[in-house]
Amino acid sequence: MSLLLDLFTVIAVALGALFFLAGTVGLLRFPDTLTRLHALTKADNLGLGLIVAGLLPQVDSVVAGLGLIAVWLLALLAGATVGQLLAGAVRPPGSSRGPDDEGPRA
Amino acid sequence: MSMALAVDAGLALLILGLGLWIIAVRSSFAAVVGFITYGLVLALVWVRLAAVDVAMTEAALGAGLTGVLLLGAAARLPAEAPGGGPSAGLRVLVAVLCALVAAALAAVVLSLPEPAPSLAPLVAENLPPTGVKNPVTGVLLAHRAIDTLLETVVLIPALIGVWALAADRAWGARPGALTPVPSSSALTLLAQVLPPFGILVGIHLVWAGADEPGGKFQGAAVLAAMWVLVVMAGLADLPKVTSRLMRYTLVLGPLVFVAIGLAGIWSAGAFLALPEGYAKPLIVTIEVVLTLSVALVLGLLLAGPPKERA
Repeated sequence: MSLLLDLFTVIAVALGALFFLAGTVGLLRFPDTLTRLHALTKADNLGLGLIVAGLLPQVDSVVAGLGLIAVWLLALLAGATVGQLLAGAVRPPGSSRGPDDEGPRA
Repeated sequence: MSMALAVDAGLALLILGLGLWIIAVRSSFAAVVGFITYGLVLALVWVRLAAVDVAMTEAALGAGLTGVLLLGAAARLPAEAPGGGPSAGLRVLVAVLCALVAAALAAVVLSLPEPAPSLAPLVAENLPPTGVKNPVTGVLLAHRAIDTLLETVVLIPALIGVWALAADRAWGARPGALTPVPSSSALTLLAQVLPPFGILVGIHLVWAGADEPGGKFQGAAVLAAMWVLVVMAGLADLPKVTSRLMRYTLVLGPLVFVAIGLAGIWSAGAFLALPEGYAKPLIVTIEVVLTLSVALVLGLLLAGPPKERA
């Protein structure tokens, strides 16, 4: 059982590291800010998520596990917000806006 | 063991590379981003050295707060230094002086006797009377309390210095460096969701600081960050610089610290001495009131001098 859990940890953490690597390559190589943001937030969301999931079987206590999950959720929240803010800052003025999109309030 | 060595060597190379890059890069914005990254990597180095308290302070204040202040400064500076910047001779001189300082530091570190001189056993021996279990907190608030007192008092002249940059007619207005981001629903959501957790984390860092890594500066930095977030989302206004309540809160921490220190002359025989048996409650009291004052100062430092709203 513990061998299976260890195997799960190795696979999940390795996959997470792979996402971080891919995200970094994307950040360096993608052509514009929006696609780079996509690469960056993908690495945070999936890469960190997989690493946290992989580490969960290795923790000693429930509290430590909840702490790991909290780290992931907070990184998700921060990453999503920063992604939105940066995308909003680089979006050329007058570009297409959906009906729900919040423009500057008149 | 060799694995740990590989990690340490990687961190050391990363720090050196980042340092070189910060010096070499031309744009001040890029240099500041490099500086923030440098601070975060440095925090990892402190963790590797088992100095978690220092790591948290470095991440929160060295990289976080200083980084934001430098970003603001970089945004106000012109892209090109007027007159093309310092001359080649001056650059070489600065480089030589910096290299000399680095070489002298390296020589001192390498010539330390083995084992290096340390006060750690002395601290461990004298920790029980303070009632706290975190040796860092014990040193900061009992053994070297005068340093900590000056460190917190000096924040107030720093804030006065920032306020002194205000234009005459702007005096009495609200601090103006934190302009709310124009209506962004994502930031509003973050400013509504995150503060309850952030405030809890900040209070936890202060409370846990007695026995585990943490303390007033780390907790105050988190609390200040939450305040700044709410202000930048436009959900709350900063107080005017003339607000009495704010000014009293600013000086409350240092005043309580000094008052307890003066009481020490009468109750324990020396300024800043803590009477036996009451050490821990007094340390926690000082930490709590200082947290309030420090969080307020840190937030106001970021908020900048008062400015008239257009």
